[in-house]
Amino acid sequence: MQNETLLEVSNLKTHFGSDTGFVTAVDGISFHVEEGEILGVVGESGCGKSVTAESILRLHDEKFNTMYEGEIKYKGENLLKLPLSKMENIRGNEISMIFQDPMSSLNPVYTIGNQITEALLLHQDISKKEAHNKAIELLELVGIPSPEKRITEYPHELSGGMQQRVMIAIGLACQPSLLIADEPTTALDVTIQAQILDIMLRLNKELKMGVIFITHDLGVVAEICDRVAVMYLGQIVEEARTIDLFEQPLHPYTSGLLESIPKMDGDRSKKLNVVKGSVPSLDSIPQGCRFASRCPFADELCLKEMPELRPFKDEEGSKVRCWHAEKILNERKKEHVSTD
Amino acid sequence: MLSYIMKRILSAIPVLLVVSIVIFLIIHITPGNPASVILGEEATPEQIAELEESLGLNLPIHQQYFSWIAGVFQGDLGTSYFMKAPVTESIANSIVPTISLAIFAQIIALLIAIPIGVLAANKRGSFADSSMMVFALLGMSIPSFLLALLLVLLFGVQLGWLPVAGFRPLSEGLLIHLQYLILPAISLGAIQAALIARMTRSSILEVLNMNYIKSARAKGVKNFSLILKHAFRNALLPILTVVGQTFGTLITGAVVVETVFNIPGIGQLVINSIERRDFAVIQGVVLFITVLYIFLNLIIDILYGMIDPRVRLDRK
Amino acid sequence: MQTLKTDTNVDLSEIKSTLKSEQRKILTKKIMKNKLMVAGGIIFILLCLLALFGPMLVKYDPHEMTVSDRLTAPSGDHLLGTDNFGRDLLSRIVYGSRATLGVGFSVAILSSLFGLIIGLYSSYYKTLDHILMRISDGLMAIPGVLLAIALMAALGPSTRNVIIALSIVFTPYIARVVRSVALSVREQTYIEAMRAQGASSFRIIWLHIMPNTISPLIVQATFIFSDAMITEAALSFLGVGVPAPDPSWGNILYDGKLVIFNAWWMTVFPGIMIILAVMSLNLFGDGLRDLIDPRVKSGKKIKGDKHAK
Repeated sequence: MQNETLLEVSNLKTHFGSDTGFVTAVDGISFHVEEGEILGVVGESGCGKSVTAESILRLHDEKFNTMYEGEIKYKGENLLKLPLSKMENIRGNEISMIFQDPMSSLNPVYTIGNQITEALLLHQDISKKEAHNKAIELLELVGIPSPEKRITEYPHELSGGMQQRVMIAIGLACQPSLLIADEPTTALDVTIQAQILDIMLRLNKELKMGVIFITHDLGVVAEICDRVAVMYLGQIVEEARTIDLFEQPLHPYTSGLLESIPKMDGDRSKKLNVVKGSVPSLDSIPQGCRFASRCPFADELCLKEMPELRPFKDEEGSKVRCWHAEKILNERKKEHVSTD
Repeated sequence: MLSYIMKRILSAIPVLLVVSIVIFLIIHITPGNPASVILGEEATPEQIAELEESLGLNLPIHQQYFSWIAGVFQGDLGTSYFMKAPVTESIANSIVPTISLAIFAQIIALLIAIPIGVLAANKRGSFADSSMMVFALLGMSIPSFLLALLLVLLFGVQLGWLPVAGFRPLSEGLLIHLQYLILPAISLGAIQAALIARMTRSSILEVLNMNYIKSARAKGVKNFSLILKHAFRNALLPILTVVGQTFGTLITGAVVVETVFNIPGIGQLVINSIERRDFAVIQGVVLFITVLYIFLNLIIDILYGMIDPRVRLDRK
Repeated sequence: MQTLKTDTNVDLSEIKSTLKSEQRKILTKKIMKNKLMVAGGIIFILLCLLALFGPMLVKYDPHEMTVSDRLTAPSGDHLLGTDNFGRDLLSRIVYGSRATLGVGFSVAILSSLFGLIIGLYSSYYKTLDHILMRISDGLMAIPGVLLAIALMAALGPSTRNVIIALSIVFTPYIARVVRSVALSVREQTYIEAMRAQGASSFRIIWLHIMPNTISPLIVQATFIFSDAMITEAALSFLGVGVPAPDPSWGNILYDGKLVIFNAWWMTVFPGIMIILAVMSLNLFGDGLRDLIDPRVKSGKKIKGDKHAK
């Protein structure tokens, strides 16, 4: 099945001004999302996942402290070149976004009904009455019981799970072609998390909507994503189909992440593998490979020169940003043979 | 909502009680016998005794308080010794110019401050923003009576554009009423504006950093309505607080500014009463204005509940 | 920070002293970065010097009336002109700075002292807290200038009474600030532990809670200093403050108002002094608050400076 490319990001850079000068939070990111596909974006906090997501909608204040570079092609049109008014028509209509913390992402002084209908009234030529009815439908769709009552309530009167459902309802209001979900389940309980994921998967299938799913939870990725991009310090270090990524991680960082997940059937006395060190600060980025300072395989080349994100020849669709990916993979295979 | 309002009203009662005691006691901190202070040095002992009796000063202090406060509840603030008339009457005679001035000044303040504050927040870091901050800084460093004097010097004396003294009641026409009020109201309002503009700016900046602003923007809300609908209403609480808190400053500022412009308001009444040692009037005026001030803040508290649904529940 | 991680055998006291000196360096840097605060501090110190030593330098007695010299404009002889009694305005402003700054200073000190005691003890004893806080609520509910006017009416005009009246007006504000800080300190575990060890409440309050309240108290005191100066000027302007013929900036303005059509200098010069004094103190206090409360500062700074490339 060959799908159309919905979004194509190439060489996106996002710079923020600060006291000390410019900080590049997203540094040359390229990826694409197809129709009806769920792309996972994973990485530690501070690696630029959220900035990437927000850059797609150009949510940062460009007049004030932000500069974008590169290209974000949505249905063939470069979003970064669009005038702001056109951009406003795309936001919430063609591309919508769900945020991490539903409590703070809903405006406390308006009812949830008001906030859902706002999105509808902004982008669709319908009456208030119709918008109201549609909002009730949406609340039903995301599984909120007795929506006619709930619609007049304020955000603080709902539980966290309910609030996130409302956020999803707002995100889906205009049936966007692309939904960006920025850690939508991080702030929620595990049971509620499962319900929310369920809703998103269902809607993705039903509405054939592309989804960019940002998370630091690899378990969630395995559950719902078709493809995954791994980010480290503002760059993509690996991109692969989910199944390939979990079977055979190519970048040392990815394997580090995978090994840091505790396994039910693993040896509990063994220490969990953690990626050593911590993420360097964005304003003191080392030259060379950004992961070099924490990489067990790093050599002189890694410290000196930054590797490109390149297609990995053995796996179709996989890309990796590492000089030694093949070598590391071979070594690991040998290791496996000897331990088995 | 109703129980919230009731709670707010009840919470004002202990404050009012303390206020009444403090104001009542003011007359008793005068060095020496209040009656002899009122009558001056030439008074005979008989005169003093007579006055003491008529003012109830010979009673034990708690009885004096209770009879005073009982009167207050019946709308009787006592009798002016000098004018031989009820204090309420003197207040009624001079309150109109003061209130008129305060309201006009508040309107000017809000009209200047809120657009400036919103603009500065929207264009933070720009030239407009920094000049606003300078304006606010200046505004907070000039007492209103001084600004009044400087305005008189500029517009009254040097340019001769506006009247520098007097008051025309509204009944003589709105235009002439405002013409006489404009300088005093600007002097009062500009200082108020500085505070409110500063608060508006920082409050809106704070709200603009909130996640719900980002999510509203992600919905496709236009920049203009983002500020007006989503940011402003949330930013309104601290702004209202400043308005409420500084209304006291405004009223007392009006009292001082009135003397600059010779406006026959509460300020002149107080100053004249001090010269006449007419304590009943001073007590009455202070109590009246304080109650007005508490009442206003009560209204603002209730407005809070209307603006922010969370307040209704959270506040005790 | 470099020195810290290299050697583990380095003397602890040495580390401490490096840390201290480094903290000091950071602090100095922060202070110098806040140019407005430095400017405010310098202007204010100059004004204080003027109040202290100015009277030795001026050539006229502020009370000396020369009828022939009434209302002369600023000239070489009388640099700032003379007033309606022929007194030298420069001398009166210089002497007046003593009254105005003196009142501000005394009120700041007195209300800090009483506010500190009231705030600390009411944070520590519940019943006392209820009583004291209701009283301070009541006092704060009466608009400040009005309360001061009423108190002055009762006490009679004199500089000492201005100080008393304004201290009564401003003490509750200090008490509030001290109390709220002290309350949060009181909840800390180490205070709990001290009490468990049987430390006396006097010791806990003054040795352990009090030091935490000092920096917010100082910030508040600078604002009260400037508020007290404004209020003193207003009272004197109304004729219920510093009594004539002693000069204060407020009652010079009062005289100036009577002759505003003939002598602009009597309004402009004392006016400039008041603005300078109040503004410099406000700038200083703002900077001080930013230094002490980094949360406020970073919020402001990041927003303010992002534009700079």
